[in-house]
Amino acid sequence: MAQPVLSVRDLRVEFVTRRGILKAIDGISFDIAKGEVLGVVGESGAGKSVTGSAVIGLIDPPGRIAGGEVLLSGMRIDNLPPEEMRRVRGKRIGMIFQDPLTSLNPLYRVSEQLVETIRTHTNLSASAARKRAIDLLAEVGIPAPERRIDSYPHEFSGGMRQRVVIALALCAEPELIIADEPTTALDVSVQAQIISLLKRLGREHGTAIMLVTHDMGVIAETADRVAVMYAGRIAEIGPVRDVVQNPLHPYAKGLMGAIPSLESDTDRLVQIPGSMPRLSAIPPGCPFNPRCPYVFDRCRVERPEPIQHSEHRVACHLYDESSARSEAVA
Amino acid sequence: MTERSYVEVKDLRRVFDVSKPWLNRVLEGGEKQYLKAVDGVSFNIAKGETFALVGESGSGKSTVARMVVGLLPPSNGEVVIDGVSMTSRAASAERQRLRRRIQMIFQDPYASLNPRWQVDRIVAEPIRAFRLIEREKEIEARVGELLSLVGLHPADGKKYPHEFSGGQRQRVAIARALASNAEFIVCDEPTSALDVSVQAQILNLMRDLQDRLGLTYLLISHNLAVVRHMASRIGVMYLGRIVEISNGRELFAHPKHPYTRMLLDAVPDVGMTGRQRIPVSGEIPNPISPPSGCTFNPRCPFANERCRAEIPPLLGGVACHAIHEGRLAVDAAA
Repeated sequence: MAQPVLSVRDLRVEFVTRRGILKAIDGISFDIAKGEVLGVVGESGAGKSVTGSAVIGLIDPPGRIAGGEVLLSGMRIDNLPPEEMRRVRGKRIGMIFQDPLTSLNPLYRVSEQLVETIRTHTNLSASAARKRAIDLLAEVGIPAPERRIDSYPHEFSGGMRQRVVIALALCAEPELIIADEPTTALDVSVQAQIISLLKRLGREHGTAIMLVTHDMGVIAETADRVAVMYAGRIAEIGPVRDVVQNPLHPYAKGLMGAIPSLESDTDRLVQIPGSMPRLSAIPPGCPFNPRCPYVFDRCRVERPEPIQHSEHRVACHLYDESSARSEAVA
Repeated sequence: MTERSYVEVKDLRRVFDVSKPWLNRVLEGGEKQYLKAVDGVSFNIAKGETFALVGESGSGKSTVARMVVGLLPPSNGEVVIDGVSMTSRAASAERQRLRRRIQMIFQDPYASLNPRWQVDRIVAEPIRAFRLIEREKEIEARVGELLSLVGLHPADGKKYPHEFSGGQRQRVAIARALASNAEFIVCDEPTSALDVSVQAQILNLMRDLQDRLGLTYLLISHNLAVVRHMASRIGVMYLGRIVEISNGRELFAHPKHPYTRMLLDAVPDVGMTGRQRIPVSGEIPNPISPPSGCTFNPRCPFANERCRAEIPPLLGGVACHAIHEGRLAVDAAA
């Protein structure tokens, strides 16, 4: 296999509080290849956004990366000094946030923001940068870009604003784009446009995309592989079709069954009792054990490590050969 | 429908004045501006039924919900619930008696519960407000009963809202809605602030309660999958009007209106991995200056001159000239 664009090894992120250390991310590992879209899905508090922020080096105190490595095309970036990290950010990693209104400066015209970003990362002249900015706006599907480029962010609609943010992220042709809930603030019809735009850009530029969202539908349509996160750990990771249609981890099973579908009729949705534990009260062993219907003694004491199971990697004792309980769910 | 409708909404309209302040208008020479949030919406809901309104933001669905419960006076039109007009001045005494049978569940359970009140006081508020039970001991027993009904423990009544998770808070909100023996509950995006596994818990609870207590729901949501799961009949709203109204199965199997087809096509669904979808062009226009004729015409591939000039009436469950004229086949998949 070629070298992955992003490689995360045993990453740990902690938040130091008065009441002790909270482990927001507790030892996660994954790779994203060139041109691949990795979906990161989970409920609120699962640590999906923190993972994105940790990769791009935007964890603010009291949070800190407590261990592990983040490699961008083989180069370690988690321990870079802030000045060098600033050059990586934007140049080699682009970022798209949930709310396009807060990631654009309301006081500057879109042209100024795009040209500034382009000129920070390349040595184009002001007029060449402006031309490139217009090309970028055209590429993300903004009609009449040569006229629209001098508008202010508030003159765009939500969907158009998100396109501008995507254009900003593309300015320096990054190797990796981290999209944190890029469509959550948008209406479904606009959401569809943004998703197909992201997919097309990933394909055409060979950009690796880490797509963080809580919407399984978006992941199912966009991602090549998906990582299901729970309480700061990856419960299951695998090709999207397999994980959606044949999830292995009991949490992933529950999550898929809980989503009402447009296709099938069900009288009752699958219900996972309880809710995600708080970071201050993660149970010992497997963090999912108090809610798991297949729980057994080992789950309460020993933390499950990810196990390769066909094409998935799943962190669950049920799939460990030595515990001989696999047939119970299979 | 053979049985009498429990809720009848007739030609409901609401206009908001969004003009600039008087002084600005005088100095800058601006006109008065009005926003037609709801423009002639009519529907019926039978007893024990779940009727849903879907639409994107700005389509006016929440404004309809607020007018139906009486939180917002309509500019025009009538809401009749169980034979009593909620909008005419004449029936005020009857209306007062009816009020307690109508309740609402809001989207954000963090904002709809008073953070300084204990949960038992929150749940007991409708009981005290309507003087349904006078003796404190009995109120306490009733609150405990309600909390158990929604899957909480009676002892949870002594806690404050911040001690609960989002899903549990929404359960408290449901318990409060049921406290006055409500029969008709308007749910405005009841699960959109919740995670999927918790959403499933709340949707299941709402269905169980409907079966046990014979509740009638008006469900407002932008999530088509949730609507399909919950509702027996569905109205699709676009820019303040209902463009299509139909029973749930039918709407998803054979959508008629071009907007409905587009919307169904756009929804990402877990069953559609790897499917190439047809992206929709355009966005909802500015409601202050909506397009003339059918408001969907700038985005509609079937629009012609008549669509740009004349508002299509809602006939046979769909408001579309192309379908009424037979230009657009009803069963063809878009």
